[in-house]
Amino acid sequence: MRRARLHYRHFEGTTAVQTGAAGSTSRMIQERRHMAETAPSSWFDIAIAALKRNEVKLITFVPDRVLTPLIKGLEGDPYFEVIGTTREEEAVGIVSGAWMGGVRGAVLMQTSGFATLPNVIASLLVPYQIPAILIVSERGTLGEFNIGQALVCRTMRPVLDSLATEHHTVTRIDEFDFILDRSIQQAVKTQSPATLILSPLLTGGKVL
Amino acid sequence: MTQTITIGNAPVEIMNRFDLSQRLVRLLKNDEAVVAGIGNTNFDLWAAGRRPQNFYMLGSMGLAFPIALGVAIAQPKRHVIGLEGDGSLLMQLGALATIAAHKAQNLTMIVWDNQSYQITGAQPTATARVTDIVDVARGCGIKQSLWARSPDDFEAQVKKAITGGEKTLIAAKTDKEPPRGQTHRDPVLIRENFMQGLGVRSAKTFAPD
Ligand SMILES: Cc1ncc(C[n+]2csc(CCOP(=O)(O)OP(=O)(O)O)c2C)c(N)n1
Repeated sequence: MRRARLHYRHFEGTTAVQTGAAGSTSRMIQERRHMAETAPSSWFDIAIAALKRNEVKLITFVPDRVLTPLIKGLEGDPYFEVIGTTREEEAVGIVSGAWMGGVRGAVLMQTSGFATLPNVIASLLVPYQIPAILIVSERGTLGEFNIGQALVCRTMRPVLDSLATEHHTVTRIDEFDFILDRSIQQAVKTQSPATLILSPLLTGGKVL
Repeated sequence: MTQTITIGNAPVEIMNRFDLSQRLVRLLKNDEAVVAGIGNTNFDLWAAGRRPQNFYMLGSMGLAFPIALGVAIAQPKRHVIGLEGDGSLLMQLGALATIAAHKAQNLTMIVWDNQSYQITGAQPTATARVTDIVDVARGCGIKQSLWARSPDDFEAQVKKAITGGEKTLIAAKTDKEPPRGQTHRDPVLIRENFMQGLGVRSAKTFAPD
């Protein structure tokens, strides 16, 4: 149910433009209102719904301020097993083992955490074809105050590109469900890791 | 001549990794999963006898125990054994804290402590001088952490760990003998074989109807 609704929401704009929305304005407003009431409204609720819908049950993470509501939401939902780790490599290792054992997983981290991962992406996820979902809160851009974060951020996309792995930067809440949902499905079907970079445009970023 | 060193006022034999790997494999009766760390650790597991439930790592120093934990979480009814060298474990000591804090008990961690980075030129690790892996593991909260004092003691400890219902770390002091084999290096085959061994994938996909 929820899935159809969310996808419909994504395509809604296109449909409206194509049909010119003639005579259907009030119906559209009604539908919008209905969707606003039933669909997840925050980026983290959208993430939780998409992970659940795709049976991504195991979540490992190293904390990040921006990800805090997502981590809390996941921890509060008995569907998920959520494990805090001491290091992102370890978090990827756990999810990799679980996937080989039949359970899907995602790793949550911030940009600087991602910067510790090229070795394990290149020596575990890619060669062994393990579809780990990496969700990165993007620090170091759009108003960053820490030069170290800003420089680390610039290493992320070149690393992902050099390994030819799928990655998307999410900036808009109305696109988030589609991108996350489809990326998980593609990762599983193509047996490759996928990285979702959550821009401050989506999450609000970290504010001093 | 068996060499010994003293740990905690008691002698510990310096054993052979291949011999202990063989003893371990012989003790596995219930399709236990084994995740073996980079280098000599998985070379000697390979040489000790291939099993569909063995996973051989070709990199990612220090991730054997985290991967083993992941398998243990996904398959709580199966016992999972991680094998790691002292150098690799020292690189990811935080993993011991994570594992200690986790509720899974179907996990045994075995450390081959040859006190060196043997495969890269036998440079000494901190365990050659000051660091005691068992003390570190206990400090992280893995209560069942102990030294195997002889090959027979190793077997007894492994049996107990597999059936005991409590996650356990067993460390063994090992010699500088080279490994007895080399793992076949096709990661996709290794992973697929392992997933079939764990019952996640069917071995019949390419079988004739
Ligand atoms: C991140 C990283 N750093 C360095 C290396 C090089 N390296 C490969 S194996 C190894 C030593 C492993 O030592 P240990 O786990 O004690 O096993 P041993 O060789 O003694 O059997 C090193 C340093 C590597 N593969 N990855």
